[in-house]
Amino acid sequence: MSMNRVEISSLTKYYGTNLVLDEVSLAVKEHEVVCLIGASGSGKSTLLRCVNKLVPFDHGDISIDGVSIFSEQFNNNELHKRVGIVFQAYNLFPHINVLNNITLAPRKVHGVGREESEERAMKLLELFGMQGYERSYPEQLSGGQQQRVAIVRALATQPDVLMLDEVTAALDPELIGGVLKVIKDLKTQGMTMLIVTHEMGFARDVADRVCFLEGGRILEEAPPDKLFSAPENPRTHQFLQRIIEAGRL
Amino acid sequence: MSSDARVPAPPARRTPSLKERLVPALISVVSVTVFFGTIAWLVTSAEQWPRIRFQFFNPDAIMAAFPNVLRGFGINMMVWAIALVAIGVWALILAVFRSLNGPILAPLKVFSIVYIDLLRGIPSLLLVLLFGFGVPALQIPGLPRSSLFWGSVAMVLGYSAYAAEVYRSGMEAVHDGQRAAAKALGLSQWQTLYYAIIPQAVRNVLPALLNLAVALQKDVALLSVIGVRDAVREAQIYTARTFNYSSLIAAAILFLIATIPMARITDYVARKDQERRLQRTV
Repeated sequence: MSMNRVEISSLTKYYGTNLVLDEVSLAVKEHEVVCLIGASGSGKSTLLRCVNKLVPFDHGDISIDGVSIFSEQFNNNELHKRVGIVFQAYNLFPHINVLNNITLAPRKVHGVGREESEERAMKLLELFGMQGYERSYPEQLSGGQQQRVAIVRALATQPDVLMLDEVTAALDPELIGGVLKVIKDLKTQGMTMLIVTHEMGFARDVADRVCFLEGGRILEEAPPDKLFSAPENPRTHQFLQRIIEAGRL
Repeated sequence: MSSDARVPAPPARRTPSLKERLVPALISVVSVTVFFGTIAWLVTSAEQWPRIRFQFFNPDAIMAAFPNVLRGFGINMMVWAIALVAIGVWALILAVFRSLNGPILAPLKVFSIVYIDLLRGIPSLLLVLLFGFGVPALQIPGLPRSSLFWGSVAMVLGYSAYAAEVYRSGMEAVHDGQRAAAKALGLSQWQTLYYAIIPQAVRNVLPALLNLAVALQKDVALLSVIGVRDAVREAQIYTARTFNYSSLIAAAILFLIATIPMARITDYVARKDQERRLQRTV
């Protein structure tokens, strides 16, 4: 039996009295890419943020490679090294250059030497077509370039799992392609990914499995071909219908 | 490209002729001269003017008082420069204390809140009197007894409360996403403050801090009340001896020479900051 890379079991979370995640269970295998889709407010982003403890949750458990994220082994640094996240608004640090954005965590959190971390950062930048920008500041880059840097920053600690939270939602249409290509390349390299997206075409291309969330629950979970062409749950069908009408699929 | 040739060239901008540029400038010069000239004429033709000039704008008295006033002004500027550095550091520490979360660090947070409330609520003059006269009077062994020292401490303690609030507003203005990113990367609370929040906060509030610096530049004259021989004190000493107030004008001129450029620098920094913000939103 191969162990699940990420296992979310019976995750429940309230914001105040508002139930945002209702007994969600989800397992992601190594090298697997799982896309979470659903309307805004369905709990997709909160689910990601629970996995790397950005937000606390009320019940349930999350484990990485069979070990709970609350166990001794996962003091915060270890968890954040193993699980990377990329945000919709990039959230790069505006006052330091691209190279320092990428090497900050390896150097200051994980104790990697400057030379080694910079060498690794340069390799990653080259891999994602960002060579030559290492001395630039975030505001000198386009949104697509900033998002690629943010992905490199998340990869700099060599995580086992990468979580992407609507990473193309803030981008101009002509810049989305470049970022999506980067993510497809990562899939080819075998990266385990948990992706929240509104790009249904992209989800169909890249996902091994797609989960449709509504009201804090996973209503349907299926391979993309099945979920997009023959959804079983009427709610899923309705959601996809609206997306098609909006011309997004 | 060939298609460019069909695009009509924008109309050449006409350079205004010498006359067109000169006339408005000339009108300004004339109107300013007439306006201020009239005021000057009215003031100087007043019956009391010779007495005012003798008491306040007496060149001989200004020259006579100037060396001592200038030496005193040196003390003002020295206190200002040292206090500025001390305030910059102490206020930042207070602001960081105030931003802390977690039960163990609660005492620091409470200390900072109480400190800021108290020190902002007491007039600077009162602080200067309390520290400048009070602490030396205790004659505690090992502590300095100079009123210059303790007066400066009072200025630092009082101004830090204001500067801490300025820093705090800057820290709160840093977007939440920055904290989320720092946390996701595994940075501790201190590392997040040091590497992500504080550098951005300082950049945000630099114009406001410079405004405080200009205010402090004048307020250091408060030390004159506890016997520090600064510019104001020296001017008063001259006045007491000669019953002529021109020495105070000499001190005023020195303060203006220092504060006006400082205010201009502040304006410049504020404008640059504004441009930077606008650029980011584009």
